[in-house]
Amino acid sequence: MKKNESFWQQLIKLDEVSRENPLDEQLMASAADEPESVLREKSPFDFAFAEIQQEEKREELYIAERLQATHLHAWVDRKGKKWGRMAYNFTCVLFCIALIVFLMSTVLRLPPLGAAENPTNNEVARRYLEKGLEETGAVNMVAGMILDYRAFDTFGESTVLFVAACSVLLLLKLGDHKSGEVTPAMREAEWDDRHHEPKNDAILQLAAKLLVPVILLFGMYIVLAGHLGPGGGFSGGAVMGAGLILYLNAFGFEKTGRFFTYKTFRWVTFIALMTYALLKSYSFFCGANHLKSGIPLGTPGAILSSGLILPLNICVGLIVMCTMYVFYTLFRKGGM
Amino acid sequence: MPLIRNFPFFCIMLSMICGVSSAMLPGKLARKVTVLLSAVVASLNIALLVHLVAAGENYHYLMGHFPAPWGNELRAGPLEALLCALFSIVLMLSTLGGMEKLKLQIDPNKENTVCVMLDLVLAGTLSMLYTNDLFTGYVFIEIMTLASCALIMCRQNGRTMVSAMRYMIMSLLGSGMTLMGIMLTYTLTGHLLIENIREAVTALYASGEYRTPLTVTIGLFFVGLGIKSALFPFHTWLADAYGYSTPAASAVLSSIVSKAYILLLMKIFVRMIGMDVVRGLHLNDLFFAFGVIAMVMGSLSAIHSHDLRRMVAYSSVAQIGYIYAGMGLGIEAGFIAALYHVMVHSAAKSSLFISSSVLADASGGSKRFSDLRGAGKRSPVAGVCFTVSAMSLVGVPVLGGFISKLVFSEAAFGYGGVHMWVMLLALAVSTLLNVLYLMKTVITLYRPAREGSTLAAEKPAASAVCAMLGFVVLNVLLGVLSQPILEIITNGFQLFL
Repeated sequence: MKKNESFWQQLIKLDEVSRENPLDEQLMASAADEPESVLREKSPFDFAFAEIQQEEKREELYIAERLQATHLHAWVDRKGKKWGRMAYNFTCVLFCIALIVFLMSTVLRLPPLGAAENPTNNEVARRYLEKGLEETGAVNMVAGMILDYRAFDTFGESTVLFVAACSVLLLLKLGDHKSGEVTPAMREAEWDDRHHEPKNDAILQLAAKLLVPVILLFGMYIVLAGHLGPGGGFSGGAVMGAGLILYLNAFGFEKTGRFFTYKTFRWVTFIALMTYALLKSYSFFCGANHLKSGIPLGTPGAILSSGLILPLNICVGLIVMCTMYVFYTLFRKGGM
Repeated sequence: MPLIRNFPFFCIMLSMICGVSSAMLPGKLARKVTVLLSAVVASLNIALLVHLVAAGENYHYLMGHFPAPWGNELRAGPLEALLCALFSIVLMLSTLGGMEKLKLQIDPNKENTVCVMLDLVLAGTLSMLYTNDLFTGYVFIEIMTLASCALIMCRQNGRTMVSAMRYMIMSLLGSGMTLMGIMLTYTLTGHLLIENIREAVTALYASGEYRTPLTVTIGLFFVGLGIKSALFPFHTWLADAYGYSTPAASAVLSSIVSKAYILLLMKIFVRMIGMDVVRGLHLNDLFFAFGVIAMVMGSLSAIHSHDLRRMVAYSSVAQIGYIYAGMGLGIEAGFIAALYHVMVHSAAKSSLFISSSVLADASGGSKRFSDLRGAGKRSPVAGVCFTVSAMSLVGVPVLGGFISKLVFSEAAFGYGGVHMWVMLLALAVSTLLNVLYLMKTVITLYRPAREGSTLAAEKPAASAVCAMLGFVVLNVLLGVLSQPILEIITNGFQLFL
């Protein structure tokens, strides 16, 4: 009888609590109390989490009301949850340690690194090394592998970059790129940017003036000489992108906006990926149907050699550069 | 080589080119391109299917001038063509059905980006099914991961943002494990081409060398792709991701993306490692156990949820459990049953998602069961579509779900022993639970609305009606034509080995 009493008391208390401060009103009231400035600084994620917390609380309340029919549930509510969480954390740590030990012991049982009789030293690697120059015309064997032997994979990788850029655009891009209308969110982002980023910093500007041309030139060299020596589209594009970002940091959006806008990004990426797709489609089609593609390989070592590798490197370089730069501008103020 | 054999390559390149160009198109045109693209891809694959069934063979397709272990390679057979055709039809219907909602829920400036993602999901699915190279598979896993994340968050409200973040974390964990598996495979065998790995692995297994790394590799593939395809203990991202994103995205994610991962896993186990090795290491029992638990637990979660879309999402967990349990039997009949169930579930789940969004619209935008009363009368086409696909999943005769349960039980009888009893018991329990939540929903849909309800009959958009009718036809066809489809799968699986 006594046990029952405690249960009923709890239920009544719960009911009172929920009647006194319904959650929605509570939250609304707290939001109304906050000064406007605080509200503005809240990111969309804060609102998202608040929304979810509110719903979870409502759900919890609902479950609590429904399930308090036995003592077990009352006990679970008081002590069980806390113990459960502790046990859960403890198990997590144990599990992670076990996984680390397990994976490390697996790595120790692998073939020794660099041994001559390893399975990786087989006919695949041998042909790449022995016949690569003759078959692809590229002095840099890595370029020959990724852009000729396995060009389909590399097309996939370039598309990964494109998808990543599109996803970030979807998430962070503010405003309308066609009408060019300035929305309140854009104005706010602009204000944030002015507030947080250095403006007309003399040291930075001098350094950028000296460094950016060299960086961009070096990046272009890496891309263009990718088939002749270490380098290629991925690394050269990253260097060029970094150069552009440095320039943007020193001189601001007005200067970079003269030659690199959202439209430039769209067109450059589109043309680069399309060129890659069409050139390689032609080559794949010829290869699969055993036709001569008629693409000259040239003299190994010359700048205009090794068939499609040079144009493909340029395409990949442009995509990587644009993606890096666009990531930076989007994370900084949601546009250019 | 006849022109028709170039079709897999055409389909992949076409969908990638369309995906890239959609970024430049206005939203309205981009949507049309997506629908048209999937229709074209579907018809090309059907033509290829007819050709390959007549020829009764599969073939390798060089991607470039260099033969396989050096260059990339595709491999096409009747099974791959059949699945690709089905997936592109489902993508077409889902896009068509979710079009109106897409217009409403997404910033008009960003609509074309969503179409980019849909096109690239198609490209990824096709490549994963047709590839004969492990690393190409991984590249397209990456594309699919990013694209599906974007699809979840394209409707930008709080819940989708958070669920996209959760999906991203879980899914990247899965990708990372798969990549580790690929690296270990390469270290142990020195190959990335599936047939060569098979040879090397068979030799390794026979010699008894590197037994632990080999087991760990298989485990990594299983857990990695299991996380991505929402197998039971790794399914925590699923309910939010499917429950709150735009309906076209939920349909595509549940019926295409997760299936592509499952089929890649099947390719890895059946063709790359070989079922003899897997059975020898007793890892198929792991599959079976996870699958059976998922069959029951997924249904229990579905019963527990009081939101229509979340219920549909949780039912995916149970259905994916069926597929894994079938694969876990490790015999041919089990795989055939699993493949047939992939098709049935793909058609039924996407139509459930599309029709449930229309039903929710007819109930004032609420997804709670109490508000959905009478929705089937307010929006008759959606009601019929939901009922047919729910009946298919429950296993009402004539529809696909019944046949798949039948072939699952046949496979279990073929295996015998404890597995048979566990499988039959799980099938029985899971079917009962399915009836409980799916038929409850169907009854709710046709109950008279609450007194004082002011909801009027609502006419959904023409595109949605077309899509839902298409789904009804697809679901019925999968059941009625089960005999020829099963025949194609059986013959295709023989060639797939």
